[in-house]
Amino acid sequence: MFNETVLKEIKQISGKYPTTRAALLPALYVAQREFGHLGADAYEAVSDVLGVPKAIARGVGTFYAMYKHKPMGRHIVQLCTNVSCMILGAEKLSDFLKNKYGLEPGGITPDGRFSLVIMECIGACGTAPAMLVNDDFYENLTEKYIEEILEKYK
Amino acid sequence: MEKVLLKNMENPNSADINEYKKIGGYKNIPKAFEFQPKEIIEEVKLSGLRGRGGAGFPVAMKWTFASAYPNFPKYLLCNADEGEPGTFKDRPILEKNPHLLIEGMVISGYAIGAEYGYIYLRGEYPHAKDVLNKAIAQAYDNGLLGDNIFNKGVRFHLTVHQGAGAYICGEETALIESLEGDKGQPRIKPPFPVNVGAFSKPTVVNNVETLSNVPYIIEVGSEAYSKIGSQECPGPKLYCVSGHVEKPGVYELPMGTVLRDIIYMHCGGIKGGKRLKAVIPGGATTPILPAEKIDCPMDFVNMPKHGSMLGSGAIIVMDESVCLVKVCYRILKFLEHESCGKCTPCREGTGWLRSILGRIENGEGAEGDIDLLLSVSGNMAGKTFCPLGDGAASVTQNFIKHFRNEFEEHIKRAKCVMRNE
Ligand SMILES: Cc1cc2nc3c(=O)[nH]c(=O)nc-3n(C[C@H](O)[C@H](O)[C@H](O)COP(=O)(O)O)c2cc1C
Ligand code: SF4
Ligand code: FES
Repeated sequence: MFNETVLKEIKQISGKYPTTRAALLPALYVAQREFGHLGADAYEAVSDVLGVPKAIARGVGTFYAMYKHKPMGRHIVQLCTNVSCMILGAEKLSDFLKNKYGLEPGGITPDGRFSLVIMECIGACGTAPAMLVNDDFYENLTEKYIEEILEKYK
Repeated sequence: MEKVLLKNMENPNSADINEYKKIGGYKNIPKAFEFQPKEIIEEVKLSGLRGRGGAGFPVAMKWTFASAYPNFPKYLLCNADEGEPGTFKDRPILEKNPHLLIEGMVISGYAIGAEYGYIYLRGEYPHAKDVLNKAIAQAYDNGLLGDNIFNKGVRFHLTVHQGAGAYICGEETALIESLEGDKGQPRIKPPFPVNVGAFSKPTVVNNVETLSNVPYIIEVGSEAYSKIGSQECPGPKLYCVSGHVEKPGVYELPMGTVLRDIIYMHCGGIKGGKRLKAVIPGGATTPILPAEKIDCPMDFVNMPKHGSMLGSGAIIVMDESVCLVKVCYRILKFLEHESCGKCTPCREGTGWLRSILGRIENGEGAEGDIDLLLSVSGNMAGKTFCPLGDGAASVTQNFIKHFRNEFEEHIKRAKCVMRNE
């Protein structure tokens, strides 16, 4: 169940659409923020507030890459390895994250600090290679630069 | 050329409404309201504006259909999904010039008779989401959005709808499904969205860059606008260049600028003075061009005559060090991941192509694998439900068409011939 504040937030969101169902994607984002990832309890809460069957909510949620279905680290490192980033060395950076931080795609560091997600193009191809850490863009990456960046996230 | 889409970008506060007004922003809304909606559509028709999302569809034609279809309310959706690999042209508008887009949407909404608009923004642009929401709030405060814009009784409401990481949601019917709270799987056409679209109502889907052209057309008029760039499809165009050039970035140039000039004049040529090997001119799923085939005007009409497509204007430049088997493999891996699974040729075919390409790259290719790739892609082309599957086939076919030798070498020598270890 969501608390009152969150319920109000979702009500307000769904007011922007002609159908309640259209609020499903935004509501799943809210659930992910509240629960950390989308597990059974999160889907139940969304299903309750929108009146969308749980199976449908889960069917939709699992279609999209940005909804997470297992616990993630406190900070999510999202490295792009698509073409523009790849030809400028993104794979080496992915190896570096593995060797230096033990970060594997989809994995989480033992201290729960970071998770790594390999991204398809994040729209920073002109400053490749690039990644997002949580909601922040980092571009023109090098191994040294990645070390500096990750220092900031505790 | 005067900057239209990237105007005021060097101003760090360009996203603020007051800065936008200082450079003449929002004055085209009252100007547009002096005309009948039909007259606006006619003006856009005369301007020759074509959609910048990839297909180059004439904008006024879509608008005419939607406006003529007698069902209400109507919706205007801005496609800000920008997912085609190599594409980052809409991002500067979204992050730094949001009011240009809002102004364009208010005018376009008025022309079509749409009272509600949504910006379908990809989930990977969190910063743009904040900027847009702030800009929309400012526009409401200034009476530029709402129930009675400029006291002219015009109503237009605007909301940002955040996608969640699915490339296929850039396809307009999948986008509508996703907006309605469903999986992003394309719909069968007809009915077309202009008749039965979002929430079963007449709907126009236009790209960010497309809608951002509209205020300028109102400002200077269709005649002046149609003199910019290519005759057949005029206007300013955003080209986003990445890969091995000295100065990658987003360039606003007249539509139809020659690819070679973009790379060598505007972007400073190949990085480190290396030799050019190939260019993907319109985003990862458009046909690749070998180095000697880049004397083509980059517009919707001329690119197909030169064996490729303008697509999203995303130019990926690759120097002599790049392994094209690997690039082809990476694109197919992307398309396999993004295939929505609705139709068999794409759902199965992308996986097979990726797998065969992967083994060739890893030195495990078998004799006959190239023909197998051509056979699989031949069975996909023209048989998939939406253009994603066709794109997968065409990428594979075009890489082989131009660089068959490199594929053969990989198989013959049982290793990646571009890796130097
Ligand atoms: C697989 C696929 C992905 C697409 N992605 C985008 C996109 O990210 N942005 C976009 O504007 N159009 C995209 N399109 C094109 C849209 O379907 C549609 O043609 C476009 O939004 C129409 O706007 P326009 O007429 O202004 O170009 C995509 C099409 C396909 C088939
Ligand atoms: S071609 Fe691919 S993406 Fe398009 S409908 Fe078929 S499975 Fe889905
Ligand atoms: S390919 Fe990496 S950001 Fe576009």
